[in-house]
Amino acid sequence: MSSSRHQVGDLSLAALEDILGEGRFALQTGNLISRIKSSFSDVARSIHVLYANHPYLIDPDFADFHVEVGQPQNLRRWFKRQAEFLIDGERPFEPLPRDQAPAFLEWGLNWAIAASCHQWLTIHAASLERNGFAVILPAPPGSGKSTLCAALALRGWRLLSDELTLIDPELISAHALARPINLKNASIDLIQEFEPNTVWGPEVYDTAKGRVTHLCPPAESVARMQEPAQPRWIVFPRYESGAKPLLTPRGKAQTFIHFAQNSFNYSPLGRTGFDIAGQLVGQCACYDFAYSKLSDALEVFDWLSSTPPHIER
Amino acid sequence: MTKMIPDMAGRDLVWAIKNPELLGNIPLKHWDGLLRVAKRANLIGRLSKNVKQQKFFDELPEPVRNQLYSAGVLTSHQRAAIDWETRHIARALEPIGVPIILLKGAAYVLANRTAADGRLFGDVDILVPRAQLNSVEAALMVHGWASGQVDSYDERYYRQWMHEIPPMTHCERGTVIDVHHNILPSTSRTVPNVELLHESSQPIPGTIFRVLCPVDMIIHSAVHLFHESELQNGLRDLFDLDSLIKEFSGQGASFWQDLVDRSILLGQVLPLYLALRYTKAILASETPEQINVLLERETRLGQLELAVLDTVYLHALMPDRPDGNDISTLLARFAVFLRGHYLRMPLGLLSMHLIRKFFLRLFRNTSRSI
Repeated sequence: MSSSRHQVGDLSLAALEDILGEGRFALQTGNLISRIKSSFSDVARSIHVLYANHPYLIDPDFADFHVEVGQPQNLRRWFKRQAEFLIDGERPFEPLPRDQAPAFLEWGLNWAIAASCHQWLTIHAASLERNGFAVILPAPPGSGKSTLCAALALRGWRLLSDELTLIDPELISAHALARPINLKNASIDLIQEFEPNTVWGPEVYDTAKGRVTHLCPPAESVARMQEPAQPRWIVFPRYESGAKPLLTPRGKAQTFIHFAQNSFNYSPLGRTGFDIAGQLVGQCACYDFAYSKLSDALEVFDWLSSTPPHIER
Repeated sequence: MTKMIPDMAGRDLVWAIKNPELLGNIPLKHWDGLLRVAKRANLIGRLSKNVKQQKFFDELPEPVRNQLYSAGVLTSHQRAAIDWETRHIARALEPIGVPIILLKGAAYVLANRTAADGRLFGDVDILVPRAQLNSVEAALMVHGWASGQVDSYDERYYRQWMHEIPPMTHCERGTVIDVHHNILPSTSRTVPNVELLHESSQPIPGTIFRVLCPVDMIIHSAVHLFHESELQNGLRDLFDLDSLIKEFSGQGASFWQDLVDRSILLGQVLPLYLALRYTKAILASETPEQINVLLERETRLGQLELAVLDTVYLHALMPDRPDGNDISTLLARFAVFLRGHYLRMPLGLLSMHLIRKFFLRLFRNTSRSI
């Protein structure tokens, strides 16, 4: 891998737009290199803001993904304009409304990683590290996982990933991508109130999802994005209006089954997937966590990270 | 041989798959392009399998190893998935006692043909007697398969003209089964006598399924490839054909003569001739020269016709370029598109069909989903 360590923020927006338009721009997230092409100025602006602290490369010899966000070839190029996502020239998705182009890049990259990388077990969960150990936050949509993940990342936890928890088959460690955090609707206001000193991507309105935007990951998380961490806690968050914070132990078997059902590549990995999920659950303390206030949640997680992890086998 | 391949990316991919032992020291930039083309051509599984067998595999750069390893994970998984799916199909169809011939990918897996190695599969294709099409369809529906939303035009297209009923998707598993009653549409110019295929079919021990006999499997693969109107998987299909030929040609002295005779009996000499011609030109496959001469005479192709077919197919069989195809590939693919349709139906029907297809394409992509 070429070892240029320049950061996207070092480039002027105009320079970024140029190389992005020519398809010569590549972004490094964790150990993955994504070559991106787009002539959309809003996509360039979004990358400039959300990936300011990430390393970039120009014309790398090798990229793990070659993606493009561009205009469709048909009539939708000109009326009720749309954006499409391409990977190696193929279109895995239907187009989206034009103003969602920057978000489309994020979702497209999520899909590319989840669909193509089978050197890891990829779990649909957030993961963060503190004091050398990682917590995994799996949760169905609407459970407040992303809000909690954002809050933790802004209060001393190192962000590994907000959506794709990548578990290594040999060491059962969690790998980092430190990519922008996807937030929706009320979560956006909550986090802006929680931490006014944050940097955001463009906000769009989608008829299905509502308000959608991305939060720039903390610089420290990005600086250490090549450091994996050992998971020691698995916490299923559940936002409940008015609830007092309550951390209750959760069965390992139940947690294992959740991972089997909520990993992108559990099935393709076959026996390997089974082994990874089993070892992961074996080395972690598993909890359910109900809460209503972020400050309560942070206290509980602080406590969690300070106790020596109890490892059952 | 490789001089006949008009496209650098295609030539490179073929060379890499056939000579994996030479990939130990190629620069990273070369891998970047090679892996992309292999993915587009649906040949990364085959490439991965060949490279993983080399001693230098563990010394390859990590991102390259990761992609090859990941491709291998997917092909193993899909192979297991096909096996699983055919068990469900067997459970649904065993009670009606119909002879079921597996075609293409599913056949390669269950009959353990080398063509199955490193291949990514889509639908399961089966061949059943036309008289029992309705009972087969009914049995599948009872067990959870359903035809998708096909409009009345498509219904007629399939049931009246084509050699298959509309694809059926399973409501829980989301898998697709294509039920055929012949290997070519009823509207084609040369419809094979499907009774002959059934008569010579062979059982797969331990299952209720049958497969086409070796020469028929090769002929079917050739027929399918050279009647296709969409050739994104053309090179992949050519490699499959090549695997089948290599596997069977060693099995008997009369193999080649049997193959020729059978193609004449089924009225499919041209597809077989083209198959042997292009596996030789693109993949450097060994075919006895007298067989080629024999077939060429049978096809009665003029020099001009042959030159046109060569220009079209040598370009159209090239893999898609990840950064966009060049004009010759696009034109060649379009020519194949027309030829595929022309072979499938008479001219009057064809023009109506194509007008409708293009009209619909202008206005597609009005829905969205991820």
